[in-house]
Amino acid sequence: MTAPAFTPTGIRFEKIEKRYGGLYALRQVSLEIARGECVAFAGRNGSGKTTLLRIAARLVRPSRGSVMYMTSSGAAADSGARSGFVAHATMVYDELTAEENLLMFAKLQGIAEPGARAAALLEEVGLLERRNSLVRTFSRGMRQRMAIARALLNDPSLLLLDEPATGLDPEGIAWLANALRQMRWAERTILMSVHGESEISQIATRAVRLDAGSVVADTRGGSEMHAILTFAGA
Amino acid sequence: MALLADTTVLLGKELRTEFRSRELLTTTVVFILIVIVLFSFTFDPTSDESRRFGSGLLWLAFLFASSLMLQPCFLREQQNDTLSALRLAVDEPFAIFLAKLTANTVFLLLAELVLLPFFALMYNVPVLRVLHWLALVFFLGSLGISVVGTALSAVSAQARMRELLLPLLLLPLLTPILVASTEVTKGLLDREPFMQWKGVVILAVFDLVFLTALWLFSEYLLEE
Repeated sequence: MTAPAFTPTGIRFEKIEKRYGGLYALRQVSLEIARGECVAFAGRNGSGKTTLLRIAARLVRPSRGSVMYMTSSGAAADSGARSGFVAHATMVYDELTAEENLLMFAKLQGIAEPGARAAALLEEVGLLERRNSLVRTFSRGMRQRMAIARALLNDPSLLLLDEPATGLDPEGIAWLANALRQMRWAERTILMSVHGESEISQIATRAVRLDAGSVVADTRGGSEMHAILTFAGA
Repeated sequence: MALLADTTVLLGKELRTEFRSRELLTTTVVFILIVIVLFSFTFDPTSDESRRFGSGLLWLAFLFASSLMLQPCFLREQQNDTLSALRLAVDEPFAIFLAKLTANTVFLLLAELVLLPFFALMYNVPVLRVLHWLALVFFLGSLGISVVGTALSAVSAQARMRELLLPLLLLPLLTPILVASTEVTKGLLDREPFMQWKGVVILAVFDLVFLTALWLFSEYLLEE
């Protein structure tokens, strides 16, 4: 039996290592991310950003080390955390309509009044008029909006975003940046991987640079943060 | 209760997506039909031979078709990484398997239901008087195929040689299902039909054992 799900407010990585065969994806990563922080993970392709986010989402088990989640009461737990996760892929079904997708995931997460929640989110991401269209008929940007809507279903206090601006047009990026700003003001904790400095990465309050699976820089605000984010895009 | 509720939601998704595309059902029915027709060229299907060999070729056709049908079961979840979304959403990972194996059993039974009259006509085998017993054997056999096939589909979907791996793992493991189902069906298609309860018990025990193993290891089978 699994522990009852809760949405965490903060997260702590303790000496995380992840190996795929002989290849290290992460080496001794230790980070503590407090409630309300918005952390941008920067680094080249293969630096370990996605692996770290998937470990945070509990989709990948670390080879060594542990992940602790902070509950709303301030206690720490190592299981049962249910955060919102946006991955490279859309994580929604092409053969279902936008509404069917959100309804299904809302029911699985035990959300009260799943129909109302799905409709509210579709309106928020600007897809209410296309609620009865199959997702396979959507553009890449619309699919990404669907992915974000799915991740927000359980109103998560901890949001994990793996390159969330992928496929979004300038209008979509502006919408996402605005949504993330609102979440930050609401003291949601946000972890996101970014490539270079953009409207999205500017929302971050902290930047962490990964290189070959290790944390090589970690800073809050200032010019150093700008340097980390621009280096990632280089 | 959460397991049942999640399974019901996921089963609805499986059935909706399949009945919308009809990919699996169509290919399975067409495949079994081709095998039955091809086998009929190798001997006189109206003779007593069909009573002796008919049940075996029918179950072989079901088995080969199921290895085709089960292949996309988890591969489809990789397309948009929807398996990760399911893992994040459900409380019990076993619900994902339970929904998929129930859907696969339904699809296999539907294919068998469509093809049984065709088989009976082509091979001149009366099936109406033993239809209820055949339904029991088809259900137990199809359930066993689906339980093992769904589990192996999850394993093979993450492997490099995924298209080859599933039949290689599935067919040897399903030998007890093939033998028991064939023997019971053979008895039912006899001139003096009789029920081989020993075979039915073997099928039921096989289903129960593999279903329990799947419940125990479902979390590990879905890990990246």
